[in-house]
Amino acid sequence: MSAVIDQANKGGFRAWLNKRLPVDQFIEDQLTGYYAPKNFNIWYFFGSLALLVFVMQIVTGIFVTMHFKPGEATAWDSVQYMVREVPYMWLIQPMHAVGASFFFIVVYLHMARAMLYGSYKAPRELLWIIGMVIYLALMAEAFMGYVLPNGNMSYWGAQVIINLFGTIPGIGEALVEWIRGDYGIGDATLTRFFSLHVIAVPFLLALLIALHLVALRQTGSNNPDGIEIKERLGGDGKPVDGIPFHPYYTLKDIVGVGLFLTLFAIVVFFVPTFGGLFMEAPNFEPANPSSTPEHIAPVWYFTPYYAILRAVPDQKIGALLMALSIAAFLFLPWLDRAKNKSIRYRGWASKILLGTFFVTFLVLMWLGLKPADGIYVLLARIFTALYFAFFILLFFVSKADGNGPVPDRVTYHAH
Amino acid sequence: MSDHAADDTVPEVDESRRKFLIAATAGTGAVGAILTAVPFVASWKPSESARAAGLPTEVDLSKLEPGQMATVFWRKKQVYVVRRTPEMLASLGGHDGELKDAPSEESEQPEYTKNPARALRPDVFVAIGTCTHLGCLPKTRFTPGDATLSADWPGGFFCPCHGSKFDLAGRVFQGSPASVNLVIPPYSFDGENRLIVGVDPAQQGAA
Repeated sequence: MSAVIDQANKGGFRAWLNKRLPVDQFIEDQLTGYYAPKNFNIWYFFGSLALLVFVMQIVTGIFVTMHFKPGEATAWDSVQYMVREVPYMWLIQPMHAVGASFFFIVVYLHMARAMLYGSYKAPRELLWIIGMVIYLALMAEAFMGYVLPNGNMSYWGAQVIINLFGTIPGIGEALVEWIRGDYGIGDATLTRFFSLHVIAVPFLLALLIALHLVALRQTGSNNPDGIEIKERLGGDGKPVDGIPFHPYYTLKDIVGVGLFLTLFAIVVFFVPTFGGLFMEAPNFEPANPSSTPEHIAPVWYFTPYYAILRAVPDQKIGALLMALSIAAFLFLPWLDRAKNKSIRYRGWASKILLGTFFVTFLVLMWLGLKPADGIYVLLARIFTALYFAFFILLFFVSKADGNGPVPDRVTYHAH
Repeated sequence: MSDHAADDTVPEVDESRRKFLIAATAGTGAVGAILTAVPFVASWKPSESARAAGLPTEVDLSKLEPGQMATVFWRKKQVYVVRRTPEMLASLGGHDGELKDAPSEESEQPEYTKNPARALRPDVFVAIGTCTHLGCLPKTRFTPGDATLSADWPGGFFCPCHGSKFDLAGRVFQGSPASVNLVIPPYSFDGENRLIVGVDPAQQGAA
């Protein structure tokens, strides 16, 4: 038992409290006694930032829910009413809408970090998979949130996405009807999405985030060098390359939080639609079942997969490839056969491969925002092939050039 | 001491009985959980009023000129009703080789419309106006050789979302992301000019 706990057990209120609720023990386990590698760089901001955006979305969401009236007849008007007439909802509602995009920015960077430094590799496979399940739940949450205001892009986007389930052989039609609760997107669809968006999925997300953190405490954080600090302990039994998460990383993260909130505020106040990327123009008119927007595109964070869907000239295979493109991430811990985790200690082939994948993802993201004709279709096909090629080539390249020597200690330069 | 030893003897555990009881309890619990899930899952199905709103829709064809299209709603879906001209019908003949499913084998339609014109009456084309790809509304591109498509375009429908192309019988062209032809709903005629969407000809007398 540590000095902190001994102190707490001596007497007084703190001892009384700790006998009944292990507050000090919890703080020590999670923060002051949790040793993280000392060589974290800026890529390591995004985990705590993701937690911050989650909390922000919950708080702004609670306030948006106070004025929002789900349903075909009321949803659109209630959003107009809240941003025009309720004090400060002109700020809180866009914070919630823009927050969704920032959530994905942070999550994508967090995932890129894991891919750069091999953080999904053993012993962190489950940590990665729980993270991927969080990502899937987040996609569902964002999609339903986008449908709720019942704008025209909400309506047609929902039409396209829900119909994807219709491609499942045999049960597709019945499944789509079950999801919508009607022969088309209607009141029943909007009210159930509301229930899922404000209760079921946030609750699931909170649970998954807790599991993600428990799994992280169990394995410990990876680091830019991809070497296990637990393998080199000092005389005190603590990792020599580790420092307590609190106060060292809590303080460092505050810098990241400051930068993040500055950017967030700039977007919310000055460019909330972000040129049609965070909020699309057709969603500034109410849903109209007799008018498809000239060009349907999902919000930017779904477009890489959307580009893959559209690249295939067959509906079922397109939907299947789209599902596979997301599921492929789940297999990374086993597709990557390198001995070394970090890209720092892998060869040029690995570096080019991963770099190409990041570029491919961004190009597909751009293509998904473009109309599906001419050169864009051809490009989407080329980059879809490149996307899947990454997962296949990784299996071989990682085995071949990820086995060089790694340093005994993490690379660290005092500031 | 020997007396005490007798008292302390742990009674022999009947392992097979214990196993059976565990399995029986778990099994009953699982069945109960599944049965309890039924009302929750079933509550997502269309409600009675949603079903009632799926009643047949009538269209007065006397107001529809040849070459024009009317759009009506049936079961929350747009239904396209096209009064086809003889030229439009003639345009259907020349491109079977470019279609994915020219004989409509894989496509969804009532048996009585499974013919080359995909209609009960060739001059009236009825189809559900949502793309069989992912449900957008295909736009009308009735002019042959439409400048936005191609010089040999025979006239038909074009979906702006993902670029699927259909001819004037709703048959999908090769190279489209949609795999099957536009869906044709059940429909029938009551006299020359009354179209009833949602009722088969065989049922019409009864309805």
